[in-house]
Amino acid sequence: MSKDRAMRHQPIIVSIIFALMLSITPMPDWAEVYRPDWVTLTLIYWSMSLPRTYSIGGAWVAGLILDVAQGTLLGQHALALCLTIYISVKFHLQLRQFPPLQLTATIFALLAFYQFILFWINGVVGVNPSAEVYWGPVVSGTVIWPVLSMILSGLRERARI
Amino acid sequence: MAAAKTKQRILSANSPALGLRLLLLAGLSIVLLVIDHRDNHLDTVRKAIGATVYPLRVIVDAPVSLWHWAQGSTASRNQLQVENSRLNAERLLTKARLQRYSALEAENARLRAMLEARAQVRDQVRVAEIMSASSNPFHHVLVVDKGTRDGVYDGQTLVDANGVVGQIMNAGVLSSQSILISDPDHALPVEVNRNGLRTVAVGTGDYDQLDLPFLPNNADVQQGDLLVTSGLGGAFPAGYPVAIIDSVTRIPQEPFAVVTAKPAAALNQIREVMLIWSSDETTTEAVIDEVAVVDEESTDE
Repeated sequence: MSKDRAMRHQPIIVSIIFALMLSITPMPDWAEVYRPDWVTLTLIYWSMSLPRTYSIGGAWVAGLILDVAQGTLLGQHALALCLTIYISVKFHLQLRQFPPLQLTATIFALLAFYQFILFWINGVVGVNPSAEVYWGPVVSGTVIWPVLSMILSGLRERARI
Repeated sequence: MAAAKTKQRILSANSPALGLRLLLLAGLSIVLLVIDHRDNHLDTVRKAIGATVYPLRVIVDAPVSLWHWAQGSTASRNQLQVENSRLNAERLLTKARLQRYSALEAENARLRAMLEARAQVRDQVRVAEIMSASSNPFHHVLVVDKGTRDGVYDGQTLVDANGVVGQIMNAGVLSSQSILISDPDHALPVEVNRNGLRTVAVGTGDYDQLDLPFLPNNADVQQGDLLVTSGLGGAFPAGYPVAIIDSVTRIPQEPFAVVTAKPAAALNQIREVMLIWSSDETTTEAVIDEVAVVDEESTDE
């Protein structure tokens, strides 16, 4: 039973690892600002669909890995991710009922919230931030969301979870 | 009874335990943030997590290395011949230069002996490949494929063929993170090669620009001056080129001139860097906090 469950959850784990890889892939300079928050988007999707399995604990661990991978302060992405995922778990029943357009708007707000926490921590620590660098991932993440959620729901139907 | 339990199970994602867990994790993150910001007690934690990221990096880097390999193995004979002759010519040229260099070095040693100064020992160098560049615009970080296993240590200097690139920030076992000189948090002690004027070059977050915020209006700097590491502060060995002065703007009512410099190394285009094992023993200290120190000093006055 539990082994079967682990098998079925494999695609989800793979999708999260893949998101982690996308977030450390080298990109040209101009595109760097518009790199979507792959891990955040993927985790929002899974926490919305399976809030009991993929909750803030997993998000925190993923955030720590992101911190190490990107060389930011330890705990920065972890804090931002677990707060963002908290919102999506808390309101997962409502979020699932939203029509696609409204859901995308909500994703925009969630991503903005996520970036705001990163921005805030950077500000406290004393890194001088410029606004466009924070808005880039929010915009690109919102644009990519419909495609990503389609891919992930396909994955979910395949795995029959 | 059973129905009530199922109902509770359905709603359990919103159970009070979630809020509690959030508080716990958020608190833990903040503790981590504070400890990590204050000092570097978390290096071991970072290294442990870094080890799990290493395979991901290798996979991410695989297409690029595969591409390079494919390019190399499908290069035509003609191309290889052209490259070969070019390299041969280059080798002759550098050899000739090196001859002059060794003569100069001997002369320098002789002069230094006359002055009874300590002879400068040659630094050891090893090439490292870049595995990935930072994906965060505020942190110019490179990951190189050498770690403590190869003798890399925190604070070690990285250069490329043209000049200083940065220093190792976090030496892992198999790979290490390094901070670039263009990172907004980074500052390095430099001197103007022409007249020995010492100052500090601070990163701006722009790969093509360093700031020299502590030069007074009457300082003797000009556009085109070469900045080299001064070796003060103990983190960088002396004498490596860092940047070339780009612009000097003197505003009469301001105490400091606005001076910017362009790094000698093409910081966003490098694939290989050289790690330097300086023969000087005092080179392990980091100067990342140097700006803060200088700031405090200037406010004291």
